[in-house]
Amino acid sequence: MKTSMVELQHITKSYDGQMILDDLNLDIFENSFVTLLGPSGCGKTTTLRIIGGFEAPDKGKVLIEGRDITSVPAYKRPLNTVFQKYALFTHMNIEENIAFGLKIKNKSRQYIKDKIAYALKLVNLEGYEKRMPDSLSGGQQQRIAIARAIVNEPKVLLLDEPLGALDLKLRQDMQYELIRMKKELGITFVYVTHDQEEALTMSDHIVVMNQGYIQQQGSPETIYNEPENAFVADFIGDSNIMGATFIQDELVEIFGKRFACVDKGFGVNKPVDVVIRPEDVDLLPEGEGTLDGVVTHLIFKGVHYEMEVQAGGFEWLVHSTDLFPVGSKVSIHVDPFDIQIMNKPASEDEEALGVHE
Amino acid sequence: MNKSAFHKKLLAGPYLVWMIGFTVIPLLLIAWYGFTARDGSFTLENVTAIRTPEHLKALGLSLALSLTCTGVCLLLAYPLAMILKGSGLGKKGFIVFIFILPMWMNFLLRTYAWLNLLDDGGILFQICKRLGLPTVSLVGTNTAIVLGMVYNYLPFMVLPLYNVLVKIDENVINAARDLGANSFQVFYKVILPLSFPGIVSGITMVFVPSLTTFAISDLLGARKILLIGNIIEQEFSTANNWHLGSGLSLVLMVFILISMAALSHYDKNGEGTSF
Ligand SMILES: Nc1ncnc2c1ncn2[C@@H]1O[C@H](COP(=O)(O)OP(=O)(O)OP(=O)(O)O)[C@@H](O)[C@H]1O
Ligand SMILES: [Mg+2]
Repeated sequence: MKTSMVELQHITKSYDGQMILDDLNLDIFENSFVTLLGPSGCGKTTTLRIIGGFEAPDKGKVLIEGRDITSVPAYKRPLNTVFQKYALFTHMNIEENIAFGLKIKNKSRQYIKDKIAYALKLVNLEGYEKRMPDSLSGGQQQRIAIARAIVNEPKVLLLDEPLGALDLKLRQDMQYELIRMKKELGITFVYVTHDQEEALTMSDHIVVMNQGYIQQQGSPETIYNEPENAFVADFIGDSNIMGATFIQDELVEIFGKRFACVDKGFGVNKPVDVVIRPEDVDLLPEGEGTLDGVVTHLIFKGVHYEMEVQAGGFEWLVHSTDLFPVGSKVSIHVDPFDIQIMNKPASEDEEALGVHE
Repeated sequence: MNKSAFHKKLLAGPYLVWMIGFTVIPLLLIAWYGFTARDGSFTLENVTAIRTPEHLKALGLSLALSLTCTGVCLLLAYPLAMILKGSGLGKKGFIVFIFILPMWMNFLLRTYAWLNLLDDGGILFQICKRLGLPTVSLVGTNTAIVLGMVYNYLPFMVLPLYNVLVKIDENVINAARDLGANSFQVFYKVILPLSFPGIVSGITMVFVPSLTTFAISDLLGARKILLIGNIIEQEFSTANNWHLGSGLSLVLMVFILISMAALSHYDKNGEGTSF
C-alpha cells in the first residue's frame, strides 16, 4: 500500500580514500517521518547531502518517486533542506528570505504574499516580515529556515539536526511544533539527529546508522524494545547488555541463573548477547527472584530511582519507583518478554556492520 | 576600579602621542598653510586655486585614472578572489601568499620594473619587434600610469574581497541552490550582496592611494603627465610654495571624504536590500 518517495540504491561514498557510506540502501515511504540516527561522524549528513544533491555518490542511485535523479542538480530537485545552522540570507529580511525560492520560480506577487503569511503563521512568527535574521533568536531563525523551505511545497523536506543549537526546553517545544507542521503539511520528512530521545519522540521510522552502515531500521517501538544488536541497544536509551548462553528455545542462562524468555531459534547452548532495559529489571527481597545481589548506588531521578545492583559480577542498572537503600540485599527478576536476545557479533568488524540478514 | 581603568587608558598613551605628533599636528599645519598667504595673512586663494584650468585638468585626469584603476582592479580581483576561495583548503594560504608577495618588495622598485617593461627598447618593445608588430612605447601615456596603479594596488582589492568571500557559509550557498537558484542566480542574489562590504573596502583601499599618487605618474608618465598628486608634490618641492600645496591637498582631502561618505552610505543601503 505504501508508496516509496525516496530510494537510495547501493550508495557508496568515500572521501580521500576513506569509506563513509558503503552500499547503503534505504527506502523512504511517502508521507512518513523518517529519522537517520547515529553517533557523530557516522555519515548522516553525507546521506542527506546526497539526497539533496549537494554531494554526488561515487556509486549508486537516488530515486524520487521512482525517477532516477542521481545526476539532477540540487536546484532542480523537488525537495528542500533545512540546514543545521539555519543558513539564512543575512542580507535579506525575513520576508525576502521566505520569498527567495518563490521569486526564482516567478510566482505572482499575490501568491508570494499569501505564502509568506501562511508560512509565518505555521511557524508562529506572524509580524516578523520586516525583521532581519540577525535580530532573531536561534529558535526563531530555525523556524524561519523551516518556513523558507516549506513555502516551496517540496515533496520531501530534509532536516539536518535542525534543533541541535537550541536549549532543551526550546528543543522540546520545537519537536512538537515540527510534528504538528508535518501533520499539517502532509509531506515526507527526512530528519537527521544524534539525539535518540528526539528520534523516538518524533519519528514514524528510525534508521540507526553507525560507521556508514545501517544497523537497524523500524518503528521507534521496535528499535527500543527489540534492538537487533548491542550497538543499537546501547545507543538507544540506557540498557544492560551482557553475554549469556541460549540454553534452548525460551530459556537463557545469565550469570549462571536460568531466565525464561520468549525468543526462539538461537540454537542450543549458544553464546548470545542479552539486553534488558533498566526499567524492566524488577527488584524483589533477597531470595524471591532469580539472581541475588546488593544495591551499590542510589540516585533520585525525579520520576524514578536509579540504582546500581551488583549481581553475578555485573553492575545492573535499575530504574524503579520502589526504593532500596544502598547496601540492601535484593533479588533480580525479569519478565520473559522483557529479555531481548541478540546474536553475538563474530568480530569487531561485524559489530560495525550490524546484523547480517 | 578607577585605578585600573586609568592604567588601561595609559596603554593608549603611545598611540595617542603618535596620533598627535604625526597626524593631528601635521593636519593642523596643512590647514594653517592652506589658509594663509606667504606673509601669514588669512586667504582662501590657495584653496580656490583648484579652479585654475591647469589644476582642474590635473584633478579631472586624476579622478579619471584612479576610477579606471579601481574599476579594472575590481574586475580583475573579484574572479581572482572567487578562484582563491574555491581552491583547496590547504593550498589557500599559499596562493594568497603568492599574490601578496610582490607587496613585500619596495614600491618604487616595482614601479621602476614597469618602466623597464614598457619603455622604449624595453621588454614589451622587444617582443613586439620580434613578432613584427608595430612597436609601442607606453611610457608617458595614461595607459602606463593605469597599468602601474593596477599592478601596485591590486592586492589591496584582492585581500578584502577574498576575506569576505571565504567567510560566506557554504551552507548559505547550498541553501540558495536548494531553493532553486542556478549558479548565476546564486552569484547575484547571494554571493555578490554578501561580499559588498569587501567591495567597498577594496574600492576605498585602491581609490584613495591611486587618486593621490605622484610616484607612479612621475615614473610611468615620464613627467609629461601631471596628476593632482604631482602638482601638489611640485608645489612642496620645486616651487617651494607650501601654502598652495597645502591648499590643494585640503581640496583633495575633501574629495576623498565625500567619496568615502557616499560609499559607506551606499554600503548601508546595499546590505539591506536584495536585488
Ligand atoms: N567534505 C568532506 N571531506 C572529507 N571528509 C568528509 C567531508 N564531509 C564529511 N567527511 C567525513 O565523513 C564522515 C561522515 O561525515 P558526516 O558529516 O556525514 O557525519 P554525521 O553523521 O553527519 O556527523 P555529525 O553528527 O557530527 O554531524 C566524517 O568522518 C567526516 O569527517
Ligand atoms: Mg552532520
